[in-house]
Amino acid sequence: MTDDALVVVRAGALTTVQDRGRPGHAHLGVPRSGALDAPAAALVNRLVGNSPDAAVLETTLNGCSVRPRSAVVVAVGGAPGPVTVDGRPAPWGAPVRVPGGALLDIGPARSGVRGYLAVAGGVAVEPVLGSRSTDLLSGLGPPPLTDGTVLPLGRPCRPHARVDVVPHPAPPSELVLRVTLGPRDDWFTDTALRTLTRHPYAVSSASNRIGLRTEGPALERSRPGELPSEGMVLGAVQVPPDGRPVVFLADHPTTGGYPVIAVVHPADLPGAAQATPGTPVRFVAVRHRR
Amino acid sequence: MRALPVGDRALLIEVGTGEEAEALHAELLRRRATGDLSATEIVPAARTVLLDGLDAPSRLAERLVSWDIPPVPPRAEQVVEIPVRYDGPDLPDVAAHWGVDEAEVVRAHAGAEYRVAFCGFAPGFGYLTGLPREVPRRATPRTSVPAGSVALAGPYTGVYPRASPGGWQLIGTTDAVLWDPARVPAALLAPGTRVRFTPLETP
Repeated sequence: MTDDALVVVRAGALTTVQDRGRPGHAHLGVPRSGALDAPAAALVNRLVGNSPDAAVLETTLNGCSVRPRSAVVVAVGGAPGPVTVDGRPAPWGAPVRVPGGALLDIGPARSGVRGYLAVAGGVAVEPVLGSRSTDLLSGLGPPPLTDGTVLPLGRPCRPHARVDVVPHPAPPSELVLRVTLGPRDDWFTDTALRTLTRHPYAVSSASNRIGLRTEGPALERSRPGELPSEGMVLGAVQVPPDGRPVVFLADHPTTGGYPVIAVVHPADLPGAAQATPGTPVRFVAVRHRR
Repeated sequence: MRALPVGDRALLIEVGTGEEAEALHAELLRRRATGDLSATEIVPAARTVLLDGLDAPSRLAERLVSWDIPPVPPRAEQVVEIPVRYDGPDLPDVAAHWGVDEAEVVRAHAGAEYRVAFCGFAPGFGYLTGLPREVPRRATPRTSVPAGSVALAGPYTGVYPRASPGGWQLIGTTDAVLWDPARVPAALLAPGTRVRFTPLETP
């Protein structure tokens, strides 16, 4: 095998390969997928000189360790946490040169959930339908990393950025999600609509790449019966029979049969990707843009 | 026809019947092909079509209502044939629901022509309309349904592309590959595809 590769030494709780996802295939039942905190993934790609389409690693809570076979330039971003190269502290949010055979460790997130590791040249696993993203719902793309996985790397194409510090939004201590009501808000009582936008919810530990689950008061439906299956968008706030709203994230199903009470503004979804279990969630109703 | 806003970039268009949803889907694809419509995703479903990635959903919603939508045009393309061994564990239950014998379930299922109304649940899983009679889902879903299972639920029939949990009534199995990301197209069944099931000898 070529030396342009990354050996996974410690895969961490859940580390997956992610890029900007595979939009355009929802009619075949294929989720969009892609990095949950897209701005963080784009930033680490920029720092190492990659195109925005390059694949990165997305870690969950406790980071990961990798050993490049030859010298590479990397950048770590997303959830802030310690970064070391062969045990020596290395900068977070900046390009770092890692010698061949050295151990790059991304430690547990000090705040936030998902860390991003970009390597100059990008992770070059075989694309599926135009994307290298791991899709946990339907099993497309490479499986989640395990210890010992060897990931091929692409050739670096541009010099990496020269930066001292990069701005990044802090993971939220309170997650404020702007929502527009609909398309099925008429399936809920007026009380339920008031509860959604006035009562604080909390991020549930059952959240994953498919959905941000919440804990809080159940939303009561005004009509019984089943909703025939219909198309779902990223950020849809679906209400299953237990009444607790679920915000659909990147690996969400493309159709579903539970009513969607509201849709989260796309700009607020990266915050949802970084909100730890227990974080208070407020849904704030905004009007549709005309 | 009703156009419901979905966030700032999508519309859910609701119609009265599954046939109208298929006709609207065909019309939307035609308009996207001619450049009259720009949408990232056009997702047909049971009674709706979702349009996502729109620049001006409210303007489109106003235009839509004046559209004349022709019924689904007859397709020149070939019918996809799916060979089936009718050996599913729920064949007796389906026969009991319909008040017929098992051979009649096979005749009815293999005798009809189907159309993929929409996909979902898993990549390559098509909801096929054309079943002569309905059948309820199983009261308790199975934790694992084998890939290639031919199944019925409500007004639909379909084939599980890969092993997954499922509550549909299993009436047979096929070796047909429903989903192969290395193949172009990856999905054997896309919305609008015509399908027939052909019985294989059961051992």
